[in-house]
Amino acid sequence: MLSLQRVTYHYAGSRAPSLHDVSLELGAGEVLGVVGASEAGKTTLCLVASGLAPRTVGGTLRGQLLLDGTDTVALPMHRLAERIGIVFANPANGLSGVAGTVYEEIAFGPMNLGLPREEVIARTEESLSTLGISGLAERDPSRLSGGQQQLVAIGGLLAMRPAHLVLDEPTAQLDPVGTRLVADALARLAAGGASILLTEHKTDLLAAICTRVIALEGGRVVLAGAAAEVLADPRLADLGVAAPASVRLLSAVREAALPASVLDRVQAALR
Amino acid sequence: MLAVALGGLAGPAVLVGIAVLLPALAGRILGRLLRTSLLLTMPIAISVLVVNLFFYPAGQQILFSVGPIRGTAEGLAFALETLARIGAISGAITLFYLTTTPSELVLDLERRGVSPRIAFVALASVQTVPAMVDRAATITAAQRARGLDTEGSLWRRLRGVLPLAGPVLLGSIAQVEERTMALESRAFTRPGRRTLLWHPPDSTLQRVARWVLVALLPGLFVARASGWL
Repeated sequence: MLSLQRVTYHYAGSRAPSLHDVSLELGAGEVLGVVGASEAGKTTLCLVASGLAPRTVGGTLRGQLLLDGTDTVALPMHRLAERIGIVFANPANGLSGVAGTVYEEIAFGPMNLGLPREEVIARTEESLSTLGISGLAERDPSRLSGGQQQLVAIGGLLAMRPAHLVLDEPTAQLDPVGTRLVADALARLAAGGASILLTEHKTDLLAAICTRVIALEGGRVVLAGAAAEVLADPRLADLGVAAPASVRLLSAVREAALPASVLDRVQAALR
Repeated sequence: MLAVALGGLAGPAVLVGIAVLLPALAGRILGRLLRTSLLLTMPIAISVLVVNLFFYPAGQQILFSVGPIRGTAEGLAFALETLARIGAISGAITLFYLTTTPSELVLDLERRGVSPRIAFVALASVQTVPAMVDRAATITAAQRARGLDTEGSLWRRLRGVLPLAGPVLLGSIAQVEERTMALESRAFTRPGRRTLLWHPPDSTLQRVARWVLVALLPGLFVARASGWL
């Protein structure tokens, strides 16, 4: 289980905290969605949950990041990386920058772990296959589109096989097909026992795969609960978050005062 | 460096033949090597030839005259010696460039025990240049789309560089920060050896050729010192 206990985080040189007294727990197989407007603290939450803040980013952290009940404060980043993986919103910066091919890029993490060569190959090929990007294996990662680069970055994360995944708007640059590939891959990982923290503006994606959702505003958790409840909460609009299409459709049908049978059929279709 | 140390005309010429042209022939890149190497050296070769042929201070034996300017045999000999050295240097660099990708070089260095971090810095430095060129092109296009004039006179072009420099540099710094996080999150800082998936081919013939070249070095020096070359 990955948990944050009353975490308050300041970036270096900033007086106001970017996260304020945030607590959350993420169990095996759970997908926790995080929504919020820009500057709400979503990326900072990802950095803290992955252990990169304050280890690599700097700044000051109050509270604890726990893995299976153990404080991670003494763990070096390379040890943490075996247990928590992160994917960034900007795929170009999430790549190693030194791999000549997509295959080598995805293998980069397992190679760093010093795994046996056969294991590295098996993990790499599984990641390529899972994301449907085997056809890109021999391509130069720096010459791919943003969406393809993001799939490669996610592939690199999957090849590390961490128990906990942190994804910061992973589908921001993906087309609908790429988004569906990522959603399917995440759902499969969760079914396999991985716990996933996922920040997204695409609430339809969150509605499809999340078990719980929290909403951030000004670095604080302002809404939390089951995905269906939070994503249907009318306060989301005030937070600058668009509700999923299914929620908006139901709301429109209700407002139009259509016969109850129409509402029933719409609800049945959305299930 | 060896070509410079050897001096003379024959020494660098023999060196080019053995260490550059023969491997290029074996690698079937002789044509590309000659073209690239000629293109690289042409401007400096012309200036070396013209300056030394006509203005060599110790030139006595006049070969021909063009008005008041005289070409001398001593100047021509010195120019040819210099050109042989330049040819050896550019030939070696071109051969290396045409036969070795940066990633292969780094992989082989790492296989031979060089720290992955040093290898990464070497490779990242090479890979960063095209990325910065791409970013500069994108920023220039965005700025031109908003009316910045970057074409025309030299002064206009220089003025166009200033608004480009800031975003390119700051963007590169920000990218380095995110890239660092990406590397950290993929266990790059883990101590110990990394697994290497493959290594560049290194056949027996290649290894023998390398050792033969190393063995020839003292011979070339002795030949030069004895005045045979």
